[in-house]
Amino acid sequence: MDSILSLWAWLPIWLQSVIIDLLLIVAIMVPLILGVAYMTYAERKVIAFMHVRMGPNRVGWRGLLQPIADTLKLIFKEIIFPKNSNSYLFLIAPMLSLGPAFAAWAVIPFTDQLVLTNIDASLLYVLALSSVGVYGIIIAGWASNSKYAFISAMRSGAQMISYEIAMGFALVGVLMAAGSLNLKEIALAQEGGIHQWFFLPLFPLFIVYFVSGVAETNRLPFDVAEGESEIVAGFHVEYSGTAFALFFLAEYANMILIAALTVILFLGGWMAPFPIIPFTLIPPIAWFLIKVCGVLFFFLWFRASFPRYRYDQIMRLGWKVFIPVTIVWIVVIAVAKLTPLGFIFS
Amino acid sequence: MGELRSSTINFGPQHPAAHGVLRMIAELDGEVVQRLDPHIGLLHRGTEKLAETKPYNQSIGYMDRLDYVSMLSNEHAYVMAIEALLGISPPVRAQYIRVLYDEITRIRNHLMWIGTHGLDLGAMAVFLYAFRDREDLIDCYEAVSGARLHAGYYRPGGVYRDLPERMPEHQQNDRISAKKLKRLNEDRQGSLLDFIQAFTDRFPGHIDELETLLTDNRIWKQRTVDIAVVSPERALQLGFTGPMLRGSGVEWDLRKKQPYEVYDRVDFDIPVGTNGDTYDRYLIRMEEMRQSVRIMRQCIEWLHQHPGPVMVDDPKVAPPRRENMKGDMESLIHHFKLFSEGYSIPQGETYQAVEHPKGEFGIYLVSDGSNKPYRLKIRAPCFVHLAAYDEMAKGHMLADVVAIIGTMDIVFGDVDR
Repeated sequence: MDSILSLWAWLPIWLQSVIIDLLLIVAIMVPLILGVAYMTYAERKVIAFMHVRMGPNRVGWRGLLQPIADTLKLIFKEIIFPKNSNSYLFLIAPMLSLGPAFAAWAVIPFTDQLVLTNIDASLLYVLALSSVGVYGIIIAGWASNSKYAFISAMRSGAQMISYEIAMGFALVGVLMAAGSLNLKEIALAQEGGIHQWFFLPLFPLFIVYFVSGVAETNRLPFDVAEGESEIVAGFHVEYSGTAFALFFLAEYANMILIAALTVILFLGGWMAPFPIIPFTLIPPIAWFLIKVCGVLFFFLWFRASFPRYRYDQIMRLGWKVFIPVTIVWIVVIAVAKLTPLGFIFS
Repeated sequence: MGELRSSTINFGPQHPAAHGVLRMIAELDGEVVQRLDPHIGLLHRGTEKLAETKPYNQSIGYMDRLDYVSMLSNEHAYVMAIEALLGISPPVRAQYIRVLYDEITRIRNHLMWIGTHGLDLGAMAVFLYAFRDREDLIDCYEAVSGARLHAGYYRPGGVYRDLPERMPEHQQNDRISAKKLKRLNEDRQGSLLDFIQAFTDRFPGHIDELETLLTDNRIWKQRTVDIAVVSPERALQLGFTGPMLRGSGVEWDLRKKQPYEVYDRVDFDIPVGTNGDTYDRYLIRMEEMRQSVRIMRQCIEWLHQHPGPVMVDDPKVAPPRRENMKGDMESLIHHFKLFSEGYSIPQGETYQAVEHPKGEFGIYLVSDGSNKPYRLKIRAPCFVHLAAYDEMAKGHMLADVVAIIGTMDIVFGDVDR
């Protein structure tokens, strides 16, 4: 033990911090990847339950090893490169969509102590990274050299960009109410119980943000980019094996990210709904996870019950409903802040 | 610029929404369909030609395989054509059984349709809910014929056998708990009619469930209202029948307009649409299921009270009783002749049509007096509807193409024959 400590002390300071950071990254990534794996399991089980069927129940006890089996299967499959594809872009696209999905987790405050990098404008950082994610899809659609993939790339490009705007505006409302661009500060601004959480005063923005989040992650009812029955699988129609698994991983990591952001921005982050004894006994990280799971459940619920929007209807909803709603509510917040009623929005 | 505007995509036959083996060449401007060219024939099995090489009874099984989601309705038209040429009519009990099973078939077909239509538009729950009820109807098929899909239950002169007195029960196995088994077998304690009765009691509630998911769903309405509008005049010109025609507002139903079997003795309404769009056709099919339940209830009641023969007593057409064959030479000869050579039909031709769940399914039968058809022509509703695909899809988006396949209720066994 002493020798390890002395070896540690012997290392230069920069190396120490790099090692610590790497360990922290691993500490976030491993639970995240496991979370994604069991998210797929939960999805299949929850949807199966809603559909009066069983869901996976063969691999392991109650099918609990199913995600592992799926991962192994995908890893051992060959990655097929379509003959006319651009193999360089074809390979880089899944990484481009996975990278931002993971990188955004760097600034997510799990509790007021647990955050990898507490940068000042972390909200902007998250927004920037989620915009980069669309490149993975567009490049995948373009590089596959398939018409189905191409249509999907066009669809998702347009969809993600327009919902990014609605989402951005919804976030403007949040940062006006919180007075900060830092995710931790935003969460802390909601301290004091459920009545302080932003989803109450910013209810329209909350709805817009969450629905846009569903659209951002290409989930039903906004999954026109995948549109299983129209364009088969859309941008990843030509992908197989690990490359496909990366897209899959990115989609689910994004889903969890959106859920985590919803919790931090609108649902009080790691705070208990009532700051009194039975609720405060549960540790903050558990509250955070409970809330994230609750939000994720809605993603699954949507998928189990809604039909799919048509591409042009999604665009109409984004531009003609969501963006006006957010703009109006931002004005309402701004005006209210100048009046004695401003306490509602803080 | 300007020359390379439209792109062509190949849609199917390996496509999740192709409903079998539909292959379409779609010319798209962006996502808007300019031209849609359905290519058919990938499931062609030459049923009409095959029937010319076989004694009449042996083609009944081929009829099942035409529209393989509404088997007994296909058979019905075929046996009706043979009966018309032979000049026989089945006993009333057989007619009621046929009507009962035609309506079971209609519900089966519509459940399949709503399931796949919903799935095509992304509503996954509908598919599984529909299939849960469809399973019970498959069991009804199995109980009378032993086959879950291709029943082969109707015969010229009646039906193969009377409805069973006992409904088969689920068996115990290691994956099923005793409690669940009891629940599964709850409706199966009595006869088949009791089982169907229980189904008719429970099923309207299940239709409500499906309708809760879809009818007032904003997304569903956005995807179906004003999609593929067909005017009543145009629908008639295109030769539409069944729900496709009624969706456009034309009140045409063979069960009412030229009643066959006992449809004139049962009480039911035919729903008619107003706009002729996909949503109207959806509403009509949902209502048709409710009406089918109504017809089924009346048939069950009648069948409970009127036992009797279900096959004509004509040894040329119907097989003799087993017991008679053991002692009666005549019966044995009849049996042998019927199953080897079949029967000859007097020279003539006929066209008999039934109100198939998808539209008018007709059989045009020409006999030259021998034991095989001289010519058999099948009038398949899906084929006619598919021919209007291009017209319906033009100007709509790629996603609507899928909705239109769903609303046409296409089955390729029927289109390609």
